[in-house]
Amino acid sequence: MLEAEIRRRKRDRDILLMTHIVLGYPDFDTSRRLVEQMVLAGVDLMELQIPFSEPMADGPVILHANQKALAGGATVDRCLELTSRLTREFPISFLFMTYFNIAFVRGVDLFAREMAQAGVRGAIVADLPFEEGEPLLAAMEREQLDPIFVFTPSSRPERMARIAERAKGLVYCAARKGVTGSATDFDALDGYLQRCRGATDLPLALGFGVKAREDVAAITGKVEIAVVGSETIRVLEQGGVEAVRPFLESLR
Amino acid sequence: MLERGYYGQFGGAFLPEALVATFEELEAAFRQAKADPAFWQEYVDLMSSYSCRPTPVTYAENLTRHFGGARIYIKREDLNHTGAHKANNVMGQGLLVKRMGKRRVIAETGAGQHGVATATMAAKFGFECTIYMGQVDVARQRPNVFWMERLGATVVSVREGSRTLKDAINEAFRDWVSTMDTTHYVLGTACGPHPFPTMVTYFQSIVGREARQQIVKAAGKLPDRVYACVGGGSNAMGIFSGFLDDTEVGLVGVEAGGRGLQSGQHAARLCSEDASIGVAQGYKTYFLQDRDGQMNETHSVAAGLDYVGVSPILADLAERRRVRFEAATDREVIDALALTVRKEGIIPALESSHAFAQAFKEAPHLPKDAVILINQSGRGDKDIFTIADAFEDPSWKEFIIAKAEAYRAGS
Repeated sequence: MLEAEIRRRKRDRDILLMTHIVLGYPDFDTSRRLVEQMVLAGVDLMELQIPFSEPMADGPVILHANQKALAGGATVDRCLELTSRLTREFPISFLFMTYFNIAFVRGVDLFAREMAQAGVRGAIVADLPFEEGEPLLAAMEREQLDPIFVFTPSSRPERMARIAERAKGLVYCAARKGVTGSATDFDALDGYLQRCRGATDLPLALGFGVKAREDVAAITGKVEIAVVGSETIRVLEQGGVEAVRPFLESLR
Repeated sequence: MLERGYYGQFGGAFLPEALVATFEELEAAFRQAKADPAFWQEYVDLMSSYSCRPTPVTYAENLTRHFGGARIYIKREDLNHTGAHKANNVMGQGLLVKRMGKRRVIAETGAGQHGVATATMAAKFGFECTIYMGQVDVARQRPNVFWMERLGATVVSVREGSRTLKDAINEAFRDWVSTMDTTHYVLGTACGPHPFPTMVTYFQSIVGREARQQIVKAAGKLPDRVYACVGGGSNAMGIFSGFLDDTEVGLVGVEAGGRGLQSGQHAARLCSEDASIGVAQGYKTYFLQDRDGQMNETHSVAAGLDYVGVSPILADLAERRRVRFEAATDREVIDALALTVRKEGIIPALESSHAFAQAFKEAPHLPKDAVILINQSGRGDKDIFTIADAFEDPSWKEFIIAKAEAYRAGS
């Protein structure tokens, strides 16, 4: 179970790290090596994004990675294949991140079964609010996959409560309004995080804009998990796979 | 709580959580405005004083004689300010923006018509304005970019994806997610997450309301068939909504057949085997996508029809067989345009010419007492660069070359 795994890991750490990669970016071999470096750097959880041609919730860095991956021939089959290898090879929890069309076109029942077979613990479907999600959520429940939902600073308390009823594993808290990959004022977060905490007992993962040791320090003690997304891709693009481990190790 | 906006199995609101609150606010504002009779009146008054509403219905006597079948009438949306039906939706949303107290508008544009219309509205109402446009479209639609910038808009060239309309939409959503407190996104067509399909249709329904009265008066009866081109579907929804309850009126949506339905280079979602049901850009409809659900590239001579998705309302009307969908190829469209210009002295946009092309295929086979109505969604004369290219006009090319040489010599 994802939640139990998070709580177990959290006993030895002040804060856990979750990273994000786009499968097939820049190619599948590099994806695998990236995951290896991340695991060596002590990363606790990882989001594996199955690329989509219209990633409306992602900022420019991840958008670009999605498009490059697709242009390089990334298919859902190849993403599932690599993921099966990764989950067997590395002893951390993996989640899928993607957009609903990937699941819908394949058939939600088949996709849920394939996710389970690939060995992930759950999935974030960025454009699937719970109101639209029932068929996929039911299929995921049958496969014991946790649906990861998102809170944002604009989510009203009543809505957070309704999301929390369906969420499992952890809740992903977007640190600010806007897409992934730009700046956040971490000091202004306290009121928002209190509302998140009030809405759910699940572990909280804070993402969008985490890029330096100070950012991680600023949210340690406030949330269980720091999410590093776009910044790892930037580091990869600037310094190659080798630069990723030192970067992640510098964060906490 | 957001109402989900389904039409049969199509539509919905597949939104990232970050956009949910914005859509709730928009939905509430639209619902209140719609319930207020003064709002529709304000809209009609604005469109009759700032644009040319009601636009006329013209009897195409020469085309009728030419084909020797049904009597052909044309609804003249080309006579709107800024040259197309796009103005209806944009001015309506502009009034809604005033009610919501926002100060900035953003929009996507493909051919540039919707961008020009939005920039015009922003200039009139004093809003800040940013237009997202694919880099490919910026390059091929310079005259529209010129006017958008003159009108005070910032035009952002989108370099992601296929660098066309769908990518401009994604980019506009990205802007909106972080600016929703001050900004309204003026979506240009009857697509996207709820409430856009119903809201855009509501504003465009002014076309159908007028057309129904006008055609009955001019032809003495309801039309047997109504033709409209279908990109996203807003002009079609506009005119069709006047006749949906008249089951004896055949409604025909005409999609971009591009280089032919067998060529893979078209934008036909509702009348080709290449499209399938999917969810993207916040709504469920037929998309031109591959087996993994990745969107394909599309092609049409008319940039305004060159789009992967289609209004969920039209997808439902297609499924219920209330609207029949056909495709016209680039070649058929150019021929229809040339004939209309020559016979009637009317210049339809390349988009609208799709409706003409299909009507011309069917008119000769209808009896002389039959009546057909074509929605001329926009005018073509302001797209002279595109149309001259479509006609491969040699003296136009010479003119442009000479002009370029003169610029070069002068610089």
